[in-house]
Amino acid sequence: MAQQIRIALRNCGKLDPEKIEQYIAQSGYLALEKALFDNKPEDILKLIIDSGLRGRGGGGFPTGIKWQAAAKQKSDEKFVICNADEGDPGAFMDRAVLEGDPHSVLEAMTIAGYCIGANKGIIYIRAEYPLAIERLNVAIDQAYKMGFLGKNIMGTAFSFDISIKLGAGAFVCGEETALIKSIEGKRGEPIVKPPFPAEKGLWMKPTIVNNVETYASVCPIIVNGLEWFRGVGTEKSPGTKVFALAGKINNVGLVEVPMGSTLREVVYEIGGGIKDGKEFKAVQTGGPSGGCITKESLDTPITYENLIQIGSMMGSGGMIVLDEDDCMVNIAKFYLEFTLDESCGKCTPCRVGNTRMFELLEDITEGRGTQLTITKLETLANTIKKASLCGLGQTAPNPVLSTMKYFKHEYEEHINNKKCRAKVCRELLTFEIVADKCVGCSLCARNCPVFCIHGEPKTPFVIDQKACIKCGSCVEKCNFDAITVS
Amino acid sequence: MDSNKTLEIGLPKEQFEELDRYIGSLKIDKEDERRTGYLIQVLHKAQHIFGYLPVGVQKFIAENVGVPHSDVSGVISFYNYFTTVPRGKTRISVCMGTACFVKGAGKVLSEFERYLKIKNGEVSEDGKFSIDILRCVGACGLAPVVIVNDKVYGNVTTKQVGDIMALYINEEATHADKK
Repeated sequence: MAQQIRIALRNCGKLDPEKIEQYIAQSGYLALEKALFDNKPEDILKLIIDSGLRGRGGGGFPTGIKWQAAAKQKSDEKFVICNADEGDPGAFMDRAVLEGDPHSVLEAMTIAGYCIGANKGIIYIRAEYPLAIERLNVAIDQAYKMGFLGKNIMGTAFSFDISIKLGAGAFVCGEETALIKSIEGKRGEPIVKPPFPAEKGLWMKPTIVNNVETYASVCPIIVNGLEWFRGVGTEKSPGTKVFALAGKINNVGLVEVPMGSTLREVVYEIGGGIKDGKEFKAVQTGGPSGGCITKESLDTPITYENLIQIGSMMGSGGMIVLDEDDCMVNIAKFYLEFTLDESCGKCTPCRVGNTRMFELLEDITEGRGTQLTITKLETLANTIKKASLCGLGQTAPNPVLSTMKYFKHEYEEHINNKKCRAKVCRELLTFEIVADKCVGCSLCARNCPVFCIHGEPKTPFVIDQKACIKCGSCVEKCNFDAITVS
Repeated sequence: MDSNKTLEIGLPKEQFEELDRYIGSLKIDKEDERRTGYLIQVLHKAQHIFGYLPVGVQKFIAENVGVPHSDVSGVISFYNYFTTVPRGKTRISVCMGTACFVKGAGKVLSEFERYLKIKNGEVSEDGKFSIDILRCVGACGLAPVVIVNDKVYGNVTTKQVGDIMALYINEEATHADKK
């Protein structure tokens, strides 16, 4: 049986997030005390580097290395930013941490500030999370009152302030340079790196940007030590990762498992398998930047490298479980529509390329696709990947590439046979009334928005295929299961 | 503050005063090159007060934060959260995150659209209802999720749409009676 180990979520659900005393009782602010009194900033930095902690927001960049780059900079002012702009649809671990254990993030940010020589922290959080914002505000107030934030923390020479900045609904602001632009009150358009934020970040000062879950993992490393942390997970990806299980799965929710656990353990042992006994089709990870993991890879250990190798990515940890009723072309179209909507429009490959790709996918799902459509999709996808400015554009074609790789047969069925096996793409469906089952009640005909169902009462009705708009309302209304969809 | 401007766009003076007090409380130094950092929070506040951000409000903010109107407008058009047209009194937001999508949020959205005879992003003619889509509220366990004003409805089916709407249509009617 797969074991869950809670590091980032250690306190979630166990304590009242609005009571700092309860956090302190769970060794809260002990890591900060250890850092300030028993260690120099270099020591903590070395500990974080040696722990091998990697960014939990998706990229997997070593956290300690990022901190070190900012620590090396000489500047009168530096910033510690927490990226709580959890924009990946289907991921909600950051919300859980902020609502359930806000102090763990505040404490880790303060320690980060001590390490790199910063006195200002900013939490950039999406406005869609009102409860998390409220709890953070309460927590910040309490931390100031108790002397864990503000001037001369715990009586030392170190001072640190934390404030909150609200996002305003832009997915691209999860990208660190765009996030910084947004904090500066500008349009959240990414800029070319280098210079990296560690050199020139917010207001052109050295800045580190880390994700909520990354911060939530910092304090236990300091309290429990290096060996403990490296004892969990794999050599290259130590520790745990939180996944948000959602979609067609029995146990929906957050799970925290050691890195290197397999998808089978997560989906079947912890997740309880697929809903309603349906057949597993794939798990989508990495959101709009990721891809699909199929049945064949169920036993691959989940690490940053392995997921990239099989054409997906860790991402922030959203796992959407898909079953036989999901059309993979439609899923790809869904993600592309998302990226299209969220593209900032600054660079052409992303702005125009993704629009064209979306149109090609529409052609396929609406029955206009040919072999050429697939070739065009592939060429375009590779160009967009290479030529886009930021991570959003560079990864936008991934859902398409990944579904084309593993579910080419579904694309081909749409194109060659004009069929959608999951019965999702409406334009490719045919609605028919089974004469044997129809009692001629006329309910369907009365509900048909285009009046294309005809017949005499008490005799079987017929759908005029040419006029049918495939809305499906007849199927929903029929009390006798007399209408088939194929 | 310039009272002519408020008359010009027909918005209540009290609302401008409230916004003015808020901006005042931030003590923005108009010489400070970092004053733009206040812009988004001021826009949040303004949208909260007025319900939307028409040109008159944009100009007022531009003047009082000390940034060009073009920048204010550029920021508003960039972020989904901000709107320059009024929304309905009752706002129906259908979550279109992935979990909701695979669990049929699209059908729920169409049902609301059919019921209210308006499309996503539109406001009903009487100004009472509007429909929007949201990008994941992080309540994936309840998918599909619909939020009406601030109330969250989970596991919504197309069949429930009528029931949900009935609640708000009745509420509207009761309010109208009282008036």
